[in-house]
Amino acid sequence: MSITVFVPCDSAALAAGADEVVDAILKEAAARGLAIDVQRNSSRGMFWLEPLVEVVTAQGRIGYGPVAFEDVPSLFAADFLNGGQHALSLGVTSQIPYLAKQQRLTFARMGITRPLSLDDYAAHGGWLGLKNTVAMDGAVVVQEVLDSGLRGRGGAAFPAGIKWRTVRGTTAAQKYVVCNADEGDSGTFSDRMTMEGDPYMLIEGMAIAGLSVGATKGYIYIRSEYPHAIATMQTAIAMAESAGYLGANVLGSGKAFHLFVRKAAGSYVCGEETAMLESIEGKRGIVRAKPPLPALEGLFGQPTVINNVITLASVPIIMAKGAAFYKDFGVGRSTGTLPFQIAGNILQGGLVERAFGLTLRELLFDFGGGSRSGRPIKAVQVGGPLGAYVPESQWDVPLDYEAYAAMGAVVGHGGIVVHDDSANMVKLARYAMEFCAIESCGKCTPCRIGSTRGVETIDRIGSASNKEQQVHLLRDLCNTMLHGSLCAMGGMTPYPVLSALNHYPEDFGLAPAVATAH
Amino acid sequence: MNSTQALPEQALIQQLVRQHADEPGALLPLLHDIQDKLGFIPASSVAAIAEGLNLSRAEVHGVITYYHHFRSTAPGKHVIQVCRAEACQSCGSEELWALAEKLLGCKGHEPSANGMYSLESVYCLGLCASSPAVQIGDKLHSRVNPAKLTRLVQTLEAAA
Repeated sequence: MSITVFVPCDSAALAAGADEVVDAILKEAAARGLAIDVQRNSSRGMFWLEPLVEVVTAQGRIGYGPVAFEDVPSLFAADFLNGGQHALSLGVTSQIPYLAKQQRLTFARMGITRPLSLDDYAAHGGWLGLKNTVAMDGAVVVQEVLDSGLRGRGGAAFPAGIKWRTVRGTTAAQKYVVCNADEGDSGTFSDRMTMEGDPYMLIEGMAIAGLSVGATKGYIYIRSEYPHAIATMQTAIAMAESAGYLGANVLGSGKAFHLFVRKAAGSYVCGEETAMLESIEGKRGIVRAKPPLPALEGLFGQPTVINNVITLASVPIIMAKGAAFYKDFGVGRSTGTLPFQIAGNILQGGLVERAFGLTLRELLFDFGGGSRSGRPIKAVQVGGPLGAYVPESQWDVPLDYEAYAAMGAVVGHGGIVVHDDSANMVKLARYAMEFCAIESCGKCTPCRIGSTRGVETIDRIGSASNKEQQVHLLRDLCNTMLHGSLCAMGGMTPYPVLSALNHYPEDFGLAPAVATAH
Repeated sequence: MNSTQALPEQALIQQLVRQHADEPGALLPLLHDIQDKLGFIPASSVAAIAEGLNLSRAEVHGVITYYHHFRSTAPGKHVIQVCRAEACQSCGSEELWALAEKLLGCKGHEPSANGMYSLESVYCLGLCASSPAVQIGDKLHSRVNPAKLTRLVQTLEAAA
């Protein structure tokens, strides 16, 4: 019998040379006359170890990484096909502390299964949620999602079940489910991993949503920067349809659910739900005023459930194991788990799924192992480009929606970007304003004009003699953007700016007392 | 490759317009198809798109220019995208960007004089745990340092 070797096909593995490693393994095996079976799995989410090559042995899957193609001959020489010792040996992969300390519910299959294998998905708990859904009344399904406490994982943390209930309560010729896969936040990749690595989980979540609210069509709006995710989702949809999980008669329920991929075109603001709807309708991604709520008048003016990838991907396990099981994880009103993504200047960057309530310090050091540069960590931006910079004094605050909101920060989509002490907070604050100026849709004045004035004001703080006046102006501008913008783009750009100013005044050439006096 | 590539540009555009005409919200999928086939969206295609989808030319032009992904002019032979979002900044993407400008002999978003390269900023390739990231054509590269970028550009030069 041939030995099975797994090499991930996730973008992060490909970018680190996984295809070249596969070629080298096949070539070396052929040269040695060995029969091996190389399979492409999803990634475990330990990106400093990619490409992570795993060999199936009697002890379990033994990992080696990060493997460069040059390492392959020596791996064979060390008899890695039988779990032999090598400088790159990691032991049994699932026992690596980084993985063993996680609570993987949504990401349970990640790195274990082959992304497009229907058999693998079914063998690892897939489709149970959808099967339960088919046997239930839609109202019961919606109640289950409500009871689980699942909140929007895209950033706004709005209870998913409430949106679903609203859409279910409407009467319309056509309702839609739209998945927001416009994962534009720097420091985030959990949506990408899901779509590339476990696409059926997202399909199952969307089908459950469609069946329970009475929507027969769904769209997944995927950013153009994710070509691998687009390709995998398209193939997965076709395969799920031919297997009867999607289409005119989902699992023999008599109900239809058709799923389509829409490719975005590089506009950050299209991650805002109403701008995304405009974009799917074929227009410029301009934010819509609310009301009307998309749940009542959404895509093409019809009632629409809009959820992020991870929100929808969390639904299958809720419907498979029940709301109570899911709700047991987490703290307070932040129930369940969140796939945190540790990125930037970090030694062990990757995906850590844990219940809400752990601290940034645990993520940075117990998981992340400190900065990659070896220098002290200075600032950590949590929640994407619109999230606050969190200083060391706040690293012990539990990561949950309420605790973060209370200190003027956001958990958002769970992205964590680490900067070492070489970071210049004035530059980062300026970048936040500049990014907003580039990406603003232009509909509302605070965002369109405020972002440009913000860049200018920050530049003047750096050079002017009347610093304090300029700081006052910047705070005033931020206040206008916070309260006067139509969506989170302009409304949250002040978060990184003000947190930089409040926590790192010395970078702005200010005495700490000046900045905190306001 | 697709057989439609042999068609003259206008005929190809007409054909793509017809393919998408009945699709709800067809404009973005159509523009993607045109750019995938031609490398950019020629200004001369706007009238045909507008007529085929029953839109005004202003609406079509507005969409093409709104989205960063769509190009109105032909890119260089190789498109090099450097991710410049925060996670990449934290590991030296700005230095890489400056080096890329020097190595490729062009500024961002305009092709090099010899037509070989286009250098583009991108705000997040989703490789934030192995930053900085660069994409050349459709190939991704992570943990790119100056030496690695220099090597990658040399490979492109050698292949030319």
